[in-house]
Amino acid sequence: MTSALGYAIAGALLVAMGLAAMLLHHHLVRRLIAFNIMGGGVFLVLLGLAPGHGEQADPVAQALILTGIVVAVAATGLALALARRLHQAGGDVRLDHPSSREDDDDQK
Amino acid sequence: MSLWLDLLLIVALLWIAAGALFSRQLFRAVVLFIVFGLLLALAWARQAAADVALAEAAIGAGLTGALLLDAAGRFRRVRGGKDAGGSP
Amino acid sequence: MRVVAHRLIVAGCTVVGLALVYAVVNVQGPAPDLALAVSGALAESGVSHPVTAVLLNFRAYDTLLEVAVMLVAPLVAAALPTTAPAPAKPTNDPVLQALAAVAVPLALLLAIYLLLIGASRSGGAFHAAAVLAGALVLLQLATGRSLPAWLTPTRQQPLLILGLALFCAVGWLSLLLGGYFLGYPPAWAGVMILVIESGLTLSLALALWRLMP
Repeated sequence: MTSALGYAIAGALLVAMGLAAMLLHHHLVRRLIAFNIMGGGVFLVLLGLAPGHGEQADPVAQALILTGIVVAVAATGLALALARRLHQAGGDVRLDHPSSREDDDDQK
Repeated sequence: MSLWLDLLLIVALLWIAAGALFSRQLFRAVVLFIVFGLLLALAWARQAAADVALAEAAIGAGLTGALLLDAAGRFRRVRGGKDAGGSP
Repeated sequence: MRVVAHRLIVAGCTVVGLALVYAVVNVQGPAPDLALAVSGALAESGVSHPVTAVLLNFRAYDTLLEVAVMLVAPLVAAALPTTAPAPAKPTNDPVLQALAAVAVPLALLLAIYLLLIGASRSGGAFHAAAVLAGALVLLQLATGRSLPAWLTPTRQQPLLILGLALFCAVGWLSLLLGGYFLGYPPAWAGVMILVIESGLTLSLALALWRLMP
């Protein structure tokens, strides 16, 4: 097993973990963290499966990942701008109903 | 030797990601996410992808981390006397 | 009920994860060697760094659309009605101010270096823009203001679309020069890429800066 395949497998696991967190959490910031970690997993799969040349990794995969990183930060920034507006307007940054909460993930 | 380094990095990536995703405290989760971004930058450097490593460290870890940190601090105080997120 | 739902989610995501790992391990056939194709055409791309050649020449259309996406976020954020904007509060922290006095000029120098080195080594517009935005944030934290006062959000808009506009203009120019949209003539490719990247650096830095709350 080469290390490139190891990174690709880690990427696949990160996608699955991020998906689980995305579904389990209701806090918007936590969902954004899960979104970004899923993105990192996808990038790891992209580069891990591209044929490498030792000296430098596949330039097409690198360019795609660079594009992806910039688009991800734009999406995160936009989502947080919307969440800030929601918060300012008195809305709740958690998507579930307050009475059904049992975890205390945004305390302290 | 180098294979062990890669394996160690992969285990650390998954471990830190699990912490960032499932930590009980939001602030702790955000800090772990920043650590995750820096480890991911190391992983890119190990795979000879210098351009991606630079962008990940600057944008993925730095900028996204700063945005999330600000949001975590801002959303901590829930207005209108509502509870801050459930039973203590 | 809630516990059952959680267990279902965990079980489902475990299955998804195993399926993904199986798919990654069992990819059929060798992937096409794009690195070879890129290095074969590198001589006529106008730059000598393969990643920059892919980003701004071979797959320039992707990057053009990415820059357009990058424009959407600050525009939507600007369209949201906000209550009173947070007043700038300058800190009197002497350490932060001393750090900014040293780091901001260095960061400007580094941004220009990254922009120019992108043609031959790792670097380019995206890295330069990130460093530039970081310098602006540091300046804001240390002194309470960063952009000059006359550069109001409305007046920033031309600067915000400068990168995309230059990108499109160069694309059409290469069409007029006998090629196709974004297919630069090899003799001009180096200059055209530098022009696009310079515009992109300013626009992306401003866009990233405006994402900051």
